[in-house]
Amino acid sequence: MPANGQRALEAQSALATVPRVPGASKPDPILVASSIVRRFGGLSAVDVDHVEVQRGSITALIGPNGAGKTTFFNLLTGFDAPDEGAWSFNGRSMGRLSPYRVARLGMVRTFQLTKALNRLRVIDNMLLGAKGQRGERLWASLFPFLWRGQEVKNTERADVLLKRFSLDAKRGDFAGSLSGGQRKLLEMARALMSEPELIMLDEPMAGVNPALTQSLLQHIKMIREEGSTVLFVEHDMDMVHDISDWVIVMAQGKIIAEGPPGDVMKNSEVIDAYLGSRHEKALTESGESLTTGEIK
Amino acid sequence: MDFSFVIGQSITQALGVTAIIYCLAAMGLNLQFGYTGLLNFGQVAFAAIGAYSIGVIVISFGASLWAAIPIGLLASVALALVLGIPTLRLRADYLAIVTIATSEIIRLMVRSIALRETFGGANGINGKMGQAFHDLNPFHADIELPFLTWTRQDLWVVTVGWSLIAIFTLATWLLVRSPWGRVVKGIREDENAVVSLGKNAYVYKMQALVLGGLLGTVGGIVWAVAKQSVQPDNFVPDVTFFSYTILLLGGAARVFGPIVGAIIFWFLLVFVGEFLNQMIAAGWITFLLPTDVGPIRFILVGLGLMGLMIFRPQGIFGDKRELALDAR
Ligand SMILES: Nc1ncnc2c1ncn2[C@@H]1O[C@H](COP(=O)(O)OP(=O)(O)OP(=O)(O)O)[C@@H](O)[C@H]1O
Ligand SMILES: [Mg+2]
Repeated sequence: MPANGQRALEAQSALATVPRVPGASKPDPILVASSIVRRFGGLSAVDVDHVEVQRGSITALIGPNGAGKTTFFNLLTGFDAPDEGAWSFNGRSMGRLSPYRVARLGMVRTFQLTKALNRLRVIDNMLLGAKGQRGERLWASLFPFLWRGQEVKNTERADVLLKRFSLDAKRGDFAGSLSGGQRKLLEMARALMSEPELIMLDEPMAGVNPALTQSLLQHIKMIREEGSTVLFVEHDMDMVHDISDWVIVMAQGKIIAEGPPGDVMKNSEVIDAYLGSRHEKALTESGESLTTGEIK
Repeated sequence: MDFSFVIGQSITQALGVTAIIYCLAAMGLNLQFGYTGLLNFGQVAFAAIGAYSIGVIVISFGASLWAAIPIGLLASVALALVLGIPTLRLRADYLAIVTIATSEIIRLMVRSIALRETFGGANGINGKMGQAFHDLNPFHADIELPFLTWTRQDLWVVTVGWSLIAIFTLATWLLVRSPWGRVVKGIREDENAVVSLGKNAYVYKMQALVLGGLLGTVGGIVWAVAKQSVQPDNFVPDVTFFSYTILLLGGAARVFGPIVGAIIFWFLLVFVGEFLNQMIAAGWITFLLPTDVGPIRFILVGLGLMGLMIFRPQGIFGDKRELALDAR
């Protein structure tokens, strides 16, 4: 494990005593969801009894294709409505809230199919993420002196984030001219502009090259160090293993296992449903190569 | 063949009242479609609301023009809300369907025999509805420059019309380069992305719909005041489509697009029409009758515009790189 900060230790020690069972309750949950059901015709895409996400942790949501991970994200963020169920964020009940309100409350998500705003420049994509902008009100927008100062501050913050995500060279380009991986990065950086309390990333690493993945992992850890909670969906088990404090496994809409990454990946149900029996070996091999890579 | 007459007519019309009306309508569409991505196919309804408010309130009810104008603008806001509330939560195509249908409903309503008392049926409303405005005319004589001829009345309308366009263009420029403009452009690109960042896209779309509709309504008011006559068959869907043509010609999402588009569109239309007329009168063209000119000029201008869209699809002001992004 690479050097982890204070928050990582806190999160891991808080989760140490949590039982490794689906739906386990956490000491300080930021998100609590109960009996969430979403059906598409006859198919129950999501059928979650109970799940909690520990505040300040990096929690991974994994599971086979079609397990219902994206649908679950859509439900929690108000982009889709469940047939049943209730959930709360920071103790506030969230059912039937419009998605923009969910985001304003500090629960911001990215999309599996990236949504870069093509004909906006990269920097404008970023600025769109900033919260509470005076110049976004119709009347105020006509009087630049009302919002200039705020805009300058937001721009400074955006530039710092762009640099962090190696997008500073693309600052003035149209987002539509970015590569697929760069768009993923832009979307994540843009979500961070809103300083979310809980950031929900849907496959943030898909299409990002290995070298950049390493630095992205550091960024995600940094988000945790800055006090936010991260919930992410990912198929790359090395990454999940590397950065998550806790892993939740979904299959066919249900949560089938929970626990720290090491435990979950040894769970036979998870291996059957998702990883496949050959995975354990592959993981140790690549885990070794990762360690040697770091020593070098 | 009087070529200088053809040019003079074309220039006069390109800067004239009709170009102003279409420019205003296209400026509204620019806000709605160009910047926000809303497909309003009923812009003519907003113009009709403006023109008929003047006609009905001044002529049928005998009230003042200065009362009629704000009422017309309020009616325009009401129309935008009625159109927007049910459709803006839905996919973009619903707004398109509802607006085009509504524009026809309004035209058929003001044309109906049942409401002839108020709206004048197929004859519309005729009378000095713009008199209060023309009473303020500071010009004392007609204008007769080599290539520009306007009556004193037209000169006054044109002066005020282009001044309004200048003010609205400045306001548009301020709007679209502000954070508000960034949000609506974001909505045009991907509404869900903007929503996921905590912006209430519905409200922004409504604002754009209302503002764009108001610009169309101002166009309708100019129409009534300048022509002192409003007729239902002036307000056919073609008006909306010509406004879109003007917008795309000048370049969508460009602040000056509608102005340049309107001037070029009307110049070409009048030029081709007058040119054909002169050729027929001079006996150079024998296979056409003067009555054919109306439709044929549209065919020719249409072909020209097709050429423009093939060779310069981004319009005159547009940025080709920006257009190429759509294909990705
Ligand atoms: N709008 C929809 N209409 C019908 N079925 C849907 C819809 N959205 C999702 N589904 C179904 O719900 C199930 C869960 O889909 P979801 O996208 O949540 O999977 P996922 O876990 O994110 O998968 P992946 O890892 O491939 O992204 C799938 O079987 C899918 O076919
Ligand atoms: Mg998914």
